Amino acid sequence: MILPPFVYIFISFICFFTAIILPLFVSSQRLLISITYTLSAIASLITAAIGAWVVASGFVGSVIIPVGLPDLPFHLRFDPLAGFFLTVIGLLSFFVSIYSIGYLKGFIGKRPVTSLVIFYNLFIAGMFLVVLADDALFFMIVWEAMALSSYFLVMFEDEKAENRRAAFLYLVVAHIGAIAILLSFGVMAGLTTGIESQDSSVNLASYTFESMRHTQFSEGWATAAFLLAFFGFAAKAGVVPLHVWLPEAHPVAPSNVSALMSGVMLKTAIYGIIRVTFDLLRVFPWWWGAVVLIFGLISTIMGVLYALMQHDLKKLLAYHSVENIGIILIGIGLALIFTSFHMPILAALALIAGLYHTLNHAMFKGLLFMGAGAVLHSTHERNMEEMGGLIHKMPWTAALFLIGCVSISALPPFNGFVSEWLIFQAFLLSPSLHSPLLNLLIPLGAAILALAAALAAACFVKAFGVTFLGHWRGHRNPPLHPPFYKGGKGGLEVDWFMRTGMILAAFTCLILGILPTMFLEWMDVLSETLVGGRISTTAGAFGWLWLTPVSHERASYSGVIVFGVILLVVAVTYLLLHARRTSIHRTPLWDCGFEKITHRMQYNATSFSMPIRRIFGFLFNVKEQVRIKQTQRHPAFPERLHYHLRIRDRFWNWIYQPISDLSFWVSRKVGRLQQGRIQVYLVYSFITIIVLLLFFR
Amino acid sequence: MNLAAQINSVMAALILLTSFGLLVQRRMYALLHIFAWQGLFLSISTAIVGYVSGTHHLYISSVLTLVLKVILLPYILHILIIRLQIHKEVETTINVPTTMLIGIALVIFSYHLTSPIRELSTLVTRSTIAVALATVMLGLLMMITRKHAVTQIIGFLSMENGLFFAATSATYGMPLVVELGVGLDILIAAFIFGIFFFQIRTTFDGLDVDQMAKLKEED
Amino acid sequence: MTGFLIEILQVLVVLIGAPVFVGWIRTLKCWTQSRSTAGILQPYRDILKLFHKDIMLAENASWIFRFTPYLVFGVSVLAAGIIPILSVDLPLAKTADVIALIALFAIARFFIALAGMDIGTAFGGMGSSREMMIASLAEPAMLMAIFTVSLISQSTSLSQIPHVIAYGDFILRPSMAFALLAFILITLAETGRIPVDNPATHLELTMIHEAMILEYSGKHLALIEWAGMMKLFLFTAIGIVAFFPWGIAPSDNMAAIPLALFLMIIKFAVVGTGIVLIETGLAKMRIFRVSEFLGSAFLFATLGMLSYFILE
Repeated sequence: MILPPFVYIFISFICFFTAIILPLFVSSQRLLISITYTLSAIASLITAAIGAWVVASGFVGSVIIPVGLPDLPFHLRFDPLAGFFLTVIGLLSFFVSIYSIGYLKGFIGKRPVTSLVIFYNLFIAGMFLVVLADDALFFMIVWEAMALSSYFLVMFEDEKAENRRAAFLYLVVAHIGAIAILLSFGVMAGLTTGIESQDSSVNLASYTFESMRHTQFSEGWATAAFLLAFFGFAAKAGVVPLHVWLPEAHPVAPSNVSALMSGVMLKTAIYGIIRVTFDLLRVFPWWWGAVVLIFGLISTIMGVLYALMQHDLKKLLAYHSVENIGIILIGIGLALIFTSFHMPILAALALIAGLYHTLNHAMFKGLLFMGAGAVLHSTHERNMEEMGGLIHKMPWTAALFLIGCVSISALPPFNGFVSEWLIFQAFLLSPSLHSPLLNLLIPLGAAILALAAALAAACFVKAFGVTFLGHWRGHRNPPLHPPFYKGGKGGLEVDWFMRTGMILAAFTCLILGILPTMFLEWMDVLSETLVGGRISTTAGAFGWLWLTPVSHERASYSGVIVFGVILLVVAVTYLLLHARRTSIHRTPLWDCGFEKITHRMQYNATSFSMPIRRIFGFLFNVKEQVRIKQTQRHPAFPERLHYHLRIRDRFWNWIYQPISDLSFWVSRKVGRLQQGRIQVYLVYSFITIIVLLLFFR
Repeated sequence: MNLAAQINSVMAALILLTSFGLLVQRRMYALLHIFAWQGLFLSISTAIVGYVSGTHHLYISSVLTLVLKVILLPYILHILIIRLQIHKEVETTINVPTTMLIGIALVIFSYHLTSPIRELSTLVTRSTIAVALATVMLGLLMMITRKHAVTQIIGFLSMENGLFFAATSATYGMPLVVELGVGLDILIAAFIFGIFFFQIRTTFDGLDVDQMAKLKEED
Repeated sequence: MTGFLIEILQVLVVLIGAPVFVGWIRTLKCWTQSRSTAGILQPYRDILKLFHKDIMLAENASWIFRFTPYLVFGVSVLAAGIIPILSVDLPLAKTADVIALIALFAIARFFIALAGMDIGTAFGGMGSSREMMIASLAEPAMLMAIFTVSLISQSTSLSQIPHVIAYGDFILRPSMAFALLAFILITLAETGRIPVDNPATHLELTMIHEAMILEYSGKHLALIEWAGMMKLFLFTAIGIVAFFPWGIAPSDNMAAIPLALFLMIIKFAVVGTGIVLIETGLAKMRIFRVSEFLGSAFLFATLGMLSYFILE
């Protein structure tokens, strides 16, 4: 007999709870890491499985937990949308938890990991509950729990001022966003009357999502609720221009946490946007979609351009999260537009494309952050300019990171391509909209997406090429492990826990890429319930081999055949060419006969992105300085050349600086109220009481 | 769509293309050539519209366009350029890709603007109104982005081309008298420009309109 | 079954035809510049010679450097099976639509760029950096051109385009002309021809594609060169399918293949002449002018899209 899904969720939360209180009983750090992370891996896997089952079966069910304030119980609800996000979060948490066992061992002897263990589990549990929450109150509570625990995770290495600053910025933006979300729920709850019927079992207060679902909102209030919610969730998701916290906070967190924050925490905001628009408000004008689409496009292009300018590996990946959130929002924006024009099948295509990209991004960004963490773990270096040639020293990490790079660059046959391809198909179907202006404008969005996808490929050639290929660029040598056998070269490869986490994620990337039809069929119930259309009837029409989103005349793609044929041709060519014994001579570099090449002469991250910096530089605040130190002999032979490059975010000066200046100004003014004498404060209270009495007679 | 309307569409597309060509071309002679081509396409399009609609005076305006905008005006400007020795590269004030993007936005804008006319009109040429308006706007954009006086004149003339095209596509052309008058005006304007250029150059020692910034009151 | 036969025939045609096509271009170029030619078959001799040579591998080269030639070759062979060159609706045709096809070429480029970075020379990195820059600027223009073509055929599947254009009524379409213009510019950039890149250059600082593959030798170089020729051939074939599809055989029709093959040869000869005219008439441009070049490609493609909605 199948137990109801809540039982499994309960089991998984017992695991999390055990992991959270375990530090009280276990004193050995090594043992603590192994036990708690095993527990969180199990809990995550259970939740992922139950989420997948909920999506597959289309199960909908809710439960009321009589805790919390009196008369305000907590509501939990399973539906396919929640199930999908449970799967995404659970799957990546599972991989990352395995990875963490190896990763955290790097901290042993350096700093206590107890706080990391506690908040890590709290963080994952918080994300699960955000997705399950079915009333505004409980949603805000777990949303805050998630935000605060991630704040403490960012603060983990708090001795660096940079980390404290990043964590503070994160906290501020997260709370401004939370206020907007709270206001949005307030608007919706205020217009909802609640459902009260004769039998008390379906007695729902106005703050529950269920009663919002049954309310028709007037257009003005619905718009207000949507804009507030979009602002709040966009702040959490790092949509440009609310992205400034993201590239600060994600890189400084421990890498397993960065993987989760980038991979899945941002997705809770996506969940929020979908929940509020498609599920709670339900009816909307087309320009909501246009708003989401435009912000998605801006995030996509700006995110990738910022990423190209970085030479900090983790910061680069963080900016790519901005880009990918943008791509997901493009999908959702198109879905909103198509829905408002009553085109359920096209809306389903766009929505599923966005959601599939959500899943894909979680997998490859998790993988990439784990890879970056492995590099950081071994070399203690985040700056790419100081790396190079790691493919020889970390072959596993290099190969797995490469899979992540290929996936995120939207190259077949991996998963990133499938979802971007679906989004392109949605774009190409926009001419069927009955609005001449949109017909002309939406294709330009597709061009921006194409530019961003190509720039992402350039960025990951840079990221992988500079980090793993060539020679070591750094001034100091990497801290090699002792060699396994006498006379062998020492490596930098990480242990099997970390490798397993990455291998699982990489394997998922491949599977999602070559068998998309299966997963799209699984996700079909999502579009069915949210927009009332489905694509799998057409997607699977040509067999599981071919992905045909609308009709097989329109467009088709087969990841399996691409993968298989390329593999076959590569194998056959290799065998043909090496059938006879071929000799491969290892020789010194030729380099067109140039001599005395040093490793500092290689292309590095800054030089690689120079052409693109020059073309798109006007979008940034770029300052380049070259100082030449002359020798006595001749001006044509300078002794030393200093190159200084500073790239700043223009948004910081445009938006954040004025706001921060203003708030300082206001607080200085308000600060005058503080006299420090108790009589003055008593006067304030007295006046307040009198004013209140006057007004509320 | 019958063949004549198709050819007319192609001509409209070519006029749009030449407008963009004028917008981004750096060399002076090439600008003149593109301008002459635009006149030719306009003349062909006018003749086709005349054939389709059976309004014969359009043939006359077609010939007038041919003579005036393909032969006479480019020739006058050509002589001007030789006399003034200004056939080197022209620098634009905004960079080329940005100008292109603004141009594309203008085309979309004019399409949006003319959509009510398109829905009301029954003429075969109604779809080209948007292109005509776009040509006017691109001509104006060219006058904004260019520094050189001669290129501004070309922008102005291209604007006039757009207006002419708008008239043919919206109402099968203006009355013949008006067109003759406009043609004469253009011709006289070209002569006046020519005279002014000589004056400007002798006064300012160059034809860069940025020199006019000197005219403002100094603090 | 006929489908599979034609499929194999087509892949063979691409494998054999690509060097001839390049040879034809080189020969024509020699004639226009009044030089004596090495003959139309010289590319074969080059490839054959390289296949017989040993591989000299740089000390620092990793598996990526060794894997790339095979991958690039594999991608080209797969693309040769997908694009309808002789006949539409081949068994592999459904594998990728034109967007996926572009992405296939992108994966080859991604790995060549990585291989350029792999050996750790300044030239390799320079080539990779420039190649990726040009590729990313070409991408939006490419997508716009595809968009315009797909507006007419209601499909991004290459096999579907002949059904609409060649087997349907003939209509004068300004949008197609614009898209064609954009496509020509993009093809010149993507396949590394003058004025964007010079395939025959011997000056390292002006190289883009050649700079990335400087360290390749022997069989590896043979595969890369061959794949490069196939890329030019295949891009031309995409252009022919999208804009001049008349003559491509209907599905599973063996009898129409000889005519299709004959017309294909004629079309390629004409395209080769066109490329030679462009390459002789233009000089290689500065690298930062490429952004304007591809900007105009984007402009043409967008005008194509706009004129479809405005004029058609």
